[in-house]
Amino acid sequence: MATVASPAFDVETIKSDFPLLDRVQAGRKIVFLDSAASSQRPRSVLNAMDDYYQTTHANVHRGVYAIAEEATRRYEEARLLAGRLINAPDPAREIIFTKNVTEAYNLVAYSWGRKNLHDGDVIVLTETEHHANLVPWLMLQEERKITIRYIAMDDDYRLDLSDIEAVVDGAKLVSVTAASNVLGTITDLEPITRAAHRAGALVMADGAQLVPHRRVDVQALDVDLLGYTGHKLMGPTGIGVLWARAEILEEMPPFLGGGEMISDVRLDGFSTTDIPWKFEAGTPPIAEAVGLGAAITYLESIGIDNIAAHEQSLTNYAIRSLQERFDEIEIFGPGADAERRGGVISFRFGDIHPHDVAQVLDEHAVCVRAGHHCAKPLMRRLGVNATTRASLYLYNDEHDIDALVAGLEGVRKMFS
Amino acid sequence: MAGLEDLYREIILDHYRSPRNRGELPTPPAVRVEGFNPLCGDEIVLYLDVENGSVRDVKISGQGCSISQSSASMMTAAIKGKDIAEVRGLIRSFKSMMTIHEAQLEPDGARDEPAALVDPDSFGELAALQGVVKFPVRIKCATLSWNTLVQALDELETKAMNSDS
Ligand SMILES: Cc1ncc(COP(=O)(O)O)c(C=O)c1O
Repeated sequence: MATVASPAFDVETIKSDFPLLDRVQAGRKIVFLDSAASSQRPRSVLNAMDDYYQTTHANVHRGVYAIAEEATRRYEEARLLAGRLINAPDPAREIIFTKNVTEAYNLVAYSWGRKNLHDGDVIVLTETEHHANLVPWLMLQEERKITIRYIAMDDDYRLDLSDIEAVVDGAKLVSVTAASNVLGTITDLEPITRAAHRAGALVMADGAQLVPHRRVDVQALDVDLLGYTGHKLMGPTGIGVLWARAEILEEMPPFLGGGEMISDVRLDGFSTTDIPWKFEAGTPPIAEAVGLGAAITYLESIGIDNIAAHEQSLTNYAIRSLQERFDEIEIFGPGADAERRGGVISFRFGDIHPHDVAQVLDEHAVCVRAGHHCAKPLMRRLGVNATTRASLYLYNDEHDIDALVAGLEGVRKMFS
Repeated sequence: MAGLEDLYREIILDHYRSPRNRGELPTPPAVRVEGFNPLCGDEIVLYLDVENGSVRDVKISGQGCSISQSSASMMTAAIKGKDIAEVRGLIRSFKSMMTIHEAQLEPDGARDEPAALVDPDSFGELAALQGVVKFPVRIKCATLSWNTLVQALDELETKAMNSDS
């Protein structure tokens, strides 16, 4: 039953770093399989935020007294950590903190979109997008006659890139999920960036489901913008990250206006300050940045490659266990041992509704997600209203998968 | 803590496994109204045929979880043949059964037996849905068909008013 991973990687020890995973529900220890919605956070993140509030809190970039300077330093250090995690070339200038990654994409659609997209312009998204990288563009489309083309999903639950050259032809932006929060598919970005750049388009990747789980190097991937969100990466809620190449950010007009983002304000106008602060109006999420920094430090202490290897073997174990045990299961995503596949497992369980599946699993203290996962166009493409989704992270082990299987036996019994 | 047996009563599972009055009705004379549960993406379609002030026929199609499907099935059985005033009364009683009163939610989140708000005897099988109140996120599933029914009745009323004038 031992999980196969590097010897340095010990799930028992990791689990014990996460206070919430000690929670007992109806006499059973919680089995948390919903990290794609939001992960849990280790004690070191909670302590860092507590410590910040207890010893250091003051507003940033304002006071000249010692704790204000220290708060500013801790906030800016978090920015560097957030940038180095994805190998951003210039983290101090290229990382913008937002309240979540949804805000990051709204920022891009509002600021870059309004500046660069005019009637007749084309952007490219995919039919597998989370609403966060879809609705902001649809909002822009209500205002301007832009055309949105969609890269389709093929029958292997991957993006159909067979005519990518034609799809991106004439586009100004190609914005795609780097890893699907429904299918578990990890996008092969290389052919997309190659075709997009040849067509003169920028490429934005939604890293919400990739950055917490795999090594991401924005320079090697050759993307131009990328977002991720703190709470899926063991950090707190209330903080998201937008990275974009400095030249892109410099050309973009501000998003929200107010304090922090200006260099001068007169009664008849204003001028903006430098990036990244130009995009951080008002008091930023300081404690959240400190928490995110601690989460990244924790993640790096375990090692992202170890996490990826662990998740991969556990994903294979999960898919095999489910398919061996249940004829009625249909997994919407690449199969066991598939390449470029993350630990998100969405499925149909016979004709039992996902809500009922999740409800009975809850009785077994197994936490999974039931619903459309903020990807309604993809649900339509899959021909369902909703799916049940189990998603894995570094603190999950084979016992968790066995508990899921046992819970599903209970579901089957209840509704057959 | 509420147990699953409070939610998945045998009658509920029975209506889920063999739903009553599933299908469609020709429109007109029936009206057709769609209801959505944005939480789970469930959709139901209600066909309501009212003649001389009473429900001549009613049918349900669409998809949903066991709670929304069985609630819809029981609803159709309960309203078929009833006059509109009775149906409106039943809707009111059902909705009040499905209302969580804050006093019933313990501060520690424990889900307590809700006070009897309506006489369960007047309710027949529908009383089985009372346990849903202990699972607040599922209340929307139970009320989906009922809200759709209200919409259908309102639509019929508007139509009647327009044709009167
Ligand atoms: C792929 C993907 N993109 C974007 C988001 C949005 O994240 P947030 O709600 O933190 O803005 C999510 C999470 O729900 C996601 O899974």
